[in-house]
Amino acid sequence: MFAFAFMRHAFVASTFIALTCGVVGVFVVARQLSFLTHMLSEIGFAGAAFGAFLGISPLLGMLLFTIASSTLISGLSVERARRESTISAVSSLFIGSGILFLALANQSSSYATDILFGSIVGISINGVWQLVILSLIVLLTIWLIFRPLQFDSFDSVGASANGVKTGIISIIFLILLAVSVSVGAQIVGSMLVFILMTIPAAIAKALGHSMKQLLIISVVMAILGVWLGLWLAYVTNWPVTFFIALIEVVAYVVALIYQRRQAD
Amino acid sequence: MTEPILTAAHLTMDFGSKTVFNDLNFTIHAGEKISLIGHNGAGKTTLVKILLGLLAPTAGTVTKKSPGGQAKLKIGYVPQFRNIDADAPLSIASFVALNVGLSWRPWLTANEKKRVADVLALTDLTAIKDRPITLTSGGERQRAYLAQALLADPELLILDEATASMDVDAKKAMMDLVVKVVTQRNMALLFVSHDLELTARYTDRYLLITDETLATGSSKEVNADSLKGVRI
Repeated sequence: MFAFAFMRHAFVASTFIALTCGVVGVFVVARQLSFLTHMLSEIGFAGAAFGAFLGISPLLGMLLFTIASSTLISGLSVERARRESTISAVSSLFIGSGILFLALANQSSSYATDILFGSIVGISINGVWQLVILSLIVLLTIWLIFRPLQFDSFDSVGASANGVKTGIISIIFLILLAVSVSVGAQIVGSMLVFILMTIPAAIAKALGHSMKQLLIISVVMAILGVWLGLWLAYVTNWPVTFFIALIEVVAYVVALIYQRRQAD
Repeated sequence: MTEPILTAAHLTMDFGSKTVFNDLNFTIHAGEKISLIGHNGAGKTTLVKILLGLLAPTAGTVTKKSPGGQAKLKIGYVPQFRNIDADAPLSIASFVALNVGLSWRPWLTANEKKRVADVLALTDLTAIKDRPITLTSGGERQRAYLAQALLADPELLILDEATASMDVDAKKAMMDLVVKVVTQRNMALLFVSHDLELTARYTDRYLLITDETLATGSSKEVNADSLKGVRI
């Protein structure tokens, strides 16, 4: 399997994506931003389509759109952006715009499918480097702001009462989330990037009893999902996203059953 | 008397056309134990938020400085309500440690671990430090909130209705602990409460917000009638 360059690229890229999504996901779940993440992934689709329209790379288009909208959302206040109706309205607008940009760019439907549902064959060595560097930037930033981010994510009232600049932390985290969504979408696609961003972290929440355990379980589950998914996709020639979704959801159900048994 | 650690001058707060309070003036000195009382909606929490710098007053100033020094006054605040997820993976110790302070290190150093252990011992939480914060009783949880604020070694401790949801014995135990710690560390205390018995017993002086203005006096003079409007 590793005789093929595209498989090697896919493995390296997806390992870093899983690492980033696993770590960021812990904070997404703690800050209850799962739906917002879903919205950002749709905004990412529109961004990638916009990139195709302008003739720039889809990743750059995604980064532009998701970072711009994250900054806008933090201006509006996350509370308002969390509302379901706001999310529905914004998502519809961006999916519509994405379809328009694709039509204007005269792109084939397979290009749209790649953006929406991911593709493992299309990642060049340059693409791998881009993903690795972006992942490292996200992980390093989280490392540096870990303490205030953790305080604000698990006890927001206590954090602001004790002088944590919660507004700044929130903006930084939304930008990191935007970058992670754009990076993750390169493998699993923009529609399903929130699988990697939310389910491994939800599994960790069901099983973990400390922040350390949460981070380890979430990262391990994300990495297991993408590795197994890539291998199964290689063997069966079925879409990798299907396998990643299946593995993560099955693991989540098992974790929930285990959690319930423990509680009884 | 020593210089005040906090001076509020001509504080006025309006929300739209509604005036919450007008021209409040008061000082807090190191080691003083003060209660902040007033009816619901009188503006107690608004005043506390202004003192903390979380809210800007419509007019007036708050000057804060550490006792005897030019450094910034360290304020520890124990809010009335918390928003902690029922599944949060936080033991009492890790909850308290959230307020350990900024550093590029995600993990706690040996010195920081010792500070957490000391504050847990001080608030009588050592025996239950590994219990999840969401599985604690009301009294234990309030002690954990207190410990979290104390970890930053504040010079002024503000308790916002910290005893509101507790039974009589738990309230007294909590306040005995607070007064012991505050006295030991020569902190000032601002105790926001409706419980006049507690304020009379545990604080030296009261600040009463009523009819948009402020009254003060010895806590021994506080009774139900005093809430109806003593003026200074």
